[in-house]
Amino acid sequence: MIRSNASEMAAKLVAGETTSVALTAAHLDRIRAVDVDVHAFLHVDSEGALAQAAAVDAKRAKGEKLSPLAGVPLALKDVLTQKGIPTTCGSKILAGWRPPYDSSVVANLKRNDIVILGKTNMDEFAMGSSTENSAFGPTHNPWDLTRIPGGSGGGSSAALAAFQAPLAIGTDTGGSIRQPAAVTGTVGVKPTYGGVSRFGLVAFSSSLDQAGPCARTVLDAALLHEAIAGYDPKDSTSINAPVPAVVAAAKSGNVKGMKIGVVKELNGDGYQSGVRTRFEESLELLAGAGAEIVQVSAPNFEYALAAYYLIAPSECSSNLARFDAMRYGLRVGDIDGASAESVMNLTREAGFGREVKRRIILGTYALSSGYYDAYYGSAQKVRTLITQDFNKAFARCDVMVSPTCPTTAFKIGEKSNDPIAMYLNDIATIPVNMAGIGGMSLPAGLAPEDGLPVGFQIMAPAMQDQRMYLVGAALEAALLSKWGAPLLSQAPALAGS
Amino acid sequence: MAISYDEVVAQYEPVLGLEVHVELNTDSKMFCGCSTVFGGDPNTQTCPVCLALPGALPTVNEKAIESTIKIGLALNCSIAPFSRFARKNYFYPDMPKNFQISQYDEPICVNGYVDIEIETDEGAKLFRIEIERVHMEEDTGKSLHVGGTTGRIHGAEYSLLDYNRAGIPLVEIVTKIVSGTGKYAPEVAKAYVAELRDILRSLGVSDVKMEQGSLRCDANVSLRLIGSEKLGTRSETKNVNSLRSVERAVRGEMIRHAELLNKGERVVQETRHFQEDSGLTRSGRSKEQAEDYRYFPEPDLVPIAPDAAWIEDLRASLPERPSIHRKRLQEAWAVPANEMAAMINADVLEIVEATVALGADPAKARSWWLGEISRIANDKDVAIAALAITPTDVAQIVALVTAGELTDKLARQVIEGVIAGEGDPATVIAARGIKVVNDDGALMAAIEKACAAAPQIAQKIRDGHIPAAGALIGAVMKETAGQADAARVRTLLLSHLGQSDS
Repeated sequence: MIRSNASEMAAKLVAGETTSVALTAAHLDRIRAVDVDVHAFLHVDSEGALAQAAAVDAKRAKGEKLSPLAGVPLALKDVLTQKGIPTTCGSKILAGWRPPYDSSVVANLKRNDIVILGKTNMDEFAMGSSTENSAFGPTHNPWDLTRIPGGSGGGSSAALAAFQAPLAIGTDTGGSIRQPAAVTGTVGVKPTYGGVSRFGLVAFSSSLDQAGPCARTVLDAALLHEAIAGYDPKDSTSINAPVPAVVAAAKSGNVKGMKIGVVKELNGDGYQSGVRTRFEESLELLAGAGAEIVQVSAPNFEYALAAYYLIAPSECSSNLARFDAMRYGLRVGDIDGASAESVMNLTREAGFGREVKRRIILGTYALSSGYYDAYYGSAQKVRTLITQDFNKAFARCDVMVSPTCPTTAFKIGEKSNDPIAMYLNDIATIPVNMAGIGGMSLPAGLAPEDGLPVGFQIMAPAMQDQRMYLVGAALEAALLSKWGAPLLSQAPALAGS
Repeated sequence: MAISYDEVVAQYEPVLGLEVHVELNTDSKMFCGCSTVFGGDPNTQTCPVCLALPGALPTVNEKAIESTIKIGLALNCSIAPFSRFARKNYFYPDMPKNFQISQYDEPICVNGYVDIEIETDEGAKLFRIEIERVHMEEDTGKSLHVGGTTGRIHGAEYSLLDYNRAGIPLVEIVTKIVSGTGKYAPEVAKAYVAELRDILRSLGVSDVKMEQGSLRCDANVSLRLIGSEKLGTRSETKNVNSLRSVERAVRGEMIRHAELLNKGERVVQETRHFQEDSGLTRSGRSKEQAEDYRYFPEPDLVPIAPDAAWIEDLRASLPERPSIHRKRLQEAWAVPANEMAAMINADVLEIVEATVALGADPAKARSWWLGEISRIANDKDVAIAALAITPTDVAQIVALVTAGELTDKLARQVIEGVIAGEGDPATVIAARGIKVVNDDGALMAAIEKACAAAPQIAQKIRDGHIPAAGALIGAVMKETAGQADAARVRTLLLSHLGQSDS
């Protein structure tokens, strides 16, 4: 039962072939069995999930009209607040904090009767590409437990790949949904900035953060996308416009006559050969489905990574200032006579990990007077140039595509002492965040040399998210008929306990 | 070495810069829906947004934007078609986010002016105070430092934090450099803040209570040698919580600077705190090393781009400028300038205006509010507006006196009763059994007429010169064609003027 897709589970619930309680219990059993190896979860809310499931079953029994995903379980990235449930953001500084309010994403999930199983592991405050920066230990890639599951949302994607949940929520600031999806053989979508409310998403970089759906199929991602998206007056940057018709697009998958732009700069040198092989194969399949493949250039993408590592740290240095031990979370050194300043310093020293401190220092420096224009100011200009590159390219194509990341999953520990090597993982995903547009990653197969999943990235103009789902669904269908079974069926079985 | 104010201004030219913070009187806070009511129990007016809980986001209070645009328009500013909020980053326990949402290089209103008029040796003179910018920001919470002797953070045993004030909308109004005021600098500063207060009050955008902190002034003062172009080092005085203090603070700083300069010492660029009791300032935070606030555009809020038609609607709805309004009242009431000034100083102009609007004679309304009622307010040490007497009550009392149904003396008793909370004038008269002697009505009318015709004599009697009563008694006898009882006239007259034979 747990190996079905979310839409299949939903159909069985509608048909009365199973109940949400049974489905939820099966997933909780699976989590108990394999999470000792995978460590996708930081908190499992068995009681709350079963209660929510029972409530959905009761509604269904009464014949109430329910939403498409009602009763289907989901794993929530631990960066979104859920009332009464610990929310740590993978950091010691928030240990013990139970938010008194639901994030808008959670409110939407609850409104759609989607059952929340628990909170998933992540790089501390979403800063990282491997989930190794979690203060609570790394998550392991279900394809190979010695490898990283991507990051920052490694827990959410690993939970999908390990069949601990059929749906998950991630957040994507520079690739934190798409890169984990790529290296775990799952689907992840970063919607257009402003498409999903950020209210209750603990901010890393406000102008880049965006929550989005993670799933094992394009259609499941679309169903979840529609459930969480939409205008929210509690988020000033939320877009007041109808949600793009992503479910219809995922069901259609018709790409006849669509122009697909291959980004010249996001390919070639630095990309693993198996990654390129699978990418080229996907392009052929899309051409076979009736799409026209064109080449586009985005010359300013080469500055994206550098600019990102000024903007994101700058914003985070300010966003993370609130963790000062005064109102919530960790408090260190609060002994008789200690000043507020000393408690604040000791708490931040003890509560933040190395990568978070590195970025706070970087951002503080970049915003300092005398450096602002050279760093933050220049980075904002690069951001404008990247947006212009996208606009020019989208004048020639409907979507742009690239490999999601340059390599397959690397070994845990391999890059933890080399931040630059780690940052390079996000080279192909960052431009999307810089321009505020939508991006999707879906599985393109396994790299022949290491047998690990490769991701295919689709980028669409702002508020044209449905285009990613059209192309994603077309490619997914073509690959499925080639493989004969979903990619995840090739993943090794987990021994479990 | 002590130096007189005259010596200071003979040698130096003062240069001012005034920053006024105004708390807007919106119902909810700047970036969340919490109540802004003053004086609630600590931390009862808070939510995830103003407590800066992880994940919470600000949203802009549209009413606050409207109020700020109104202020900008009233101060003759241009309204920016596009402006932004910015984060001002610094750590302080009473600032929940450890950054303040403010405006930096893209404020909403720029380049305005306020004209003020002050009395100079050469008569009334107009000064134009140029406004650099008007911008929006949020207030911080309040720290209460417990223990220790100073109430300051150093030496305190512990501190309590109240976030009710965190996020209250603030507007900051910053002048350009104010020069050329010479020895009138303190009066100009005071008149500017007073004018600003009146404008803000007329707009209805703030309570403008300096004593409650809803209007706060920071005064930047520097001196330069007369004839010099080069600006001197400035000090910034905070905690200036009344109009009188604005004047005293500027004057005090001018003298302090001059003393330092004449000794060959230098003025330290710093924040200073005004001491209400001594009228002096004490040193606060040094600003020699400019604090780095790492401003950057607030990514959680979209830019403000007010619709041009909306701005024009707001412009059209602006009330009459207070200074013009006052001139109009002065003419209509035929009040001498000094009396007008007295009403403004006593803060009774609006209340007198309301009383007149209810039919009372302007002179009578003025004299009750400025006289008896002001005196009671002073005795009780409260603001006149806080007394339980309304323009309606006073208008009724004036009418009763005019109709001869109350004497001035009895009217005072009625006022006292109303203020004591005994009810409206009719209730007080009934309850206290204030006996209005109707037979005396005609006599009283004649007495008042005689007093009005010879105010100097009446004043003499008021001042205790009883023998002067003879002249007025004569006038009343003449008026009543000898029909009145002279002894009764004498009793009534003396009583009317607050005297008696005994």
